[in-house]
Amino acid sequence: MEKRATFSSTTIGILFALPMLVLIFVFFYWPSGQALFWAFTLEQPWGGGNRWVGFQNFQQLLSDPVYWNSISRSMIFGLGSTAIAMGMALILALFTDRELRGHGAYRSIFVWPYAIAAPALGLAFRFILAPEAGLLSLINQVWPGIWNPALDGNDAMIAVIIAFSWKYIGYNFIFFLSALQSIPRSLIEAAAMDGSGPARRMWDIQLPLLTPTLFFLLVINITESFQDSFGIVDIMTQGGPARATELMVYKIYFDGFKGLDYSGAAAQSIILMVLVILLTFVQFRFIERRVHYK
Amino acid sequence: MVERTPIFNAICQFILLVGLIVALLPFAIVIIASTHDIRAVNIVPMPLTPGSHFLDNVREAWHRADLGHKLFNSILFATAVAFGKVALSSMAAFAIVYFRFPGRSILFWAIFLTLMLPLEVRIVPTYAVAANALAPFQAILNVTGINWLIHAVSGIEVNLQWGLLNSYPGLILPMVATATGTFLYRQFYLTVPDELAEASKMDGSGPIRFFWDILLPLSRPNMIALFTIMFVWAWNQYLWPLLVTTDPSFGIAVTQLKTLIPSEFGLPDWNVAMAGTLVIMAPPLILVIFMQRWFVRGLISTEK
Repeated sequence: MEKRATFSSTTIGILFALPMLVLIFVFFYWPSGQALFWAFTLEQPWGGGNRWVGFQNFQQLLSDPVYWNSISRSMIFGLGSTAIAMGMALILALFTDRELRGHGAYRSIFVWPYAIAAPALGLAFRFILAPEAGLLSLINQVWPGIWNPALDGNDAMIAVIIAFSWKYIGYNFIFFLSALQSIPRSLIEAAAMDGSGPARRMWDIQLPLLTPTLFFLLVINITESFQDSFGIVDIMTQGGPARATELMVYKIYFDGFKGLDYSGAAAQSIILMVLVILLTFVQFRFIERRVHYK
Repeated sequence: MVERTPIFNAICQFILLVGLIVALLPFAIVIIASTHDIRAVNIVPMPLTPGSHFLDNVREAWHRADLGHKLFNSILFATAVAFGKVALSSMAAFAIVYFRFPGRSILFWAIFLTLMLPLEVRIVPTYAVAANALAPFQAILNVTGINWLIHAVSGIEVNLQWGLLNSYPGLILPMVATATGTFLYRQFYLTVPDELAEASKMDGSGPIRFFWDILLPLSRPNMIALFTIMFVWAWNQYLWPLLVTTDPSFGIAVTQLKTLIPSEFGLPDWNVAMAGTLVIMAPPLILVIFMQRWFVRGLISTEK
């Protein structure tokens, strides 16, 4: 869309954009370029600048089983939490949209989890899911030793997935509900006139019309699982036990700032950037389809 | 809707109720745990009725995590980020929508590309830039030879230094440097009728006057929505503040959660940890509860 009436002063126009441009240059473009530079060079241990090493950092990384472990852990985490968060949010949104008694309360309360900081809910869930106190410790009384996220890698993964999906149910719910409410009522009324019940209408009318939102949320959830997971992991498990919850961003943080391996961390950043950009492209491909019913 | 489906309605209500319990249970547990003393909170199963030690626990957590100071920093940080976002994105979007100058579409894409890579993904190099925010300009001076020229002419070696680690600008500026709000504002400006700009041009107002007197008042709902989202978002940031503020006097509340994790030895004092969690997570939650309409509306239009 273009404006018919515009202003012609180039200087003033650029001045308006300038603060934003300076900021994104310094804090976005420069660092991204820097990451590229570091990824292909190796810092000399006693100073003296960086030496060009080509793809060596990447080779080293990709032949490292620890790195592949963190990739597969991130995938399990991303897919697991996305499936739970989107599935539950979809069901809750579909039912809230039926406007049964109390739907006003549901509509506002289901949003609340999204307001909580990831590390705060990480600490809360660390207590709730703790093996020796809190809520889930109950099952350890019945079957001793069955649940211990501090020692068992799978339990730890389940714990961070639960914490993360709990927050993102709120997020997905907002988008599903607003998409449902923008479906023209006449479509649903027509289906009702033709004799289809509410469950049938959800399956045959509302769900197909939600596919664009579904794709959009799928991409957002997976990208968020890369970034927003850091606080949860850092508070709940610190990547452990035995690297079982060492997700990609956590490993970048750990290698870069604890291990001081800038080149390795930069190469990891580049791989993660490529992943995120690919996902965003997928999203752009579906972006037109998102509004096909308007 | 049109038919009576009592059985299906009952199923729906039941599932919604289960959802409600799942959504509220963590809040309830945090609140209940924060009211007990250390012995009661470690009973298995946990008592589900509140105790009477809430204020003691909050006081202890407040003291241990230095919350008075840290909450103040958090408020300052989140307000500044939200304010900066609103100001910068409303201006940038104005330049994109209302001006025709060469390179405008490059500008547009340069700003929107920043949506692609969140800060967490490029954290290492961003940290390096924060150590000296003028490093990019220094490098440009060096590479283009301007530095050499200045040195040859005046004998002054230009050395730009502006460290942002452990400072408020270092916390705030990188958070502002993305396009989230710009998109929201662009969408809004595109819906403003052309006649308004034409009329004000005819009345002799320039772009600055038009922006200040017409567009900004019109965009008040946008401003509130964006401010709410950005405040909540900034308050909940963790990784960046953790890295930039090694000096405790600049720390924010959320990174203090780490000091509240009970130690591995002895009886864990979850009561204090939960009291601290409650205090730290409350401000954005209260904001979302009271500004729900704005929050939801803004979220849906920023992410498009």
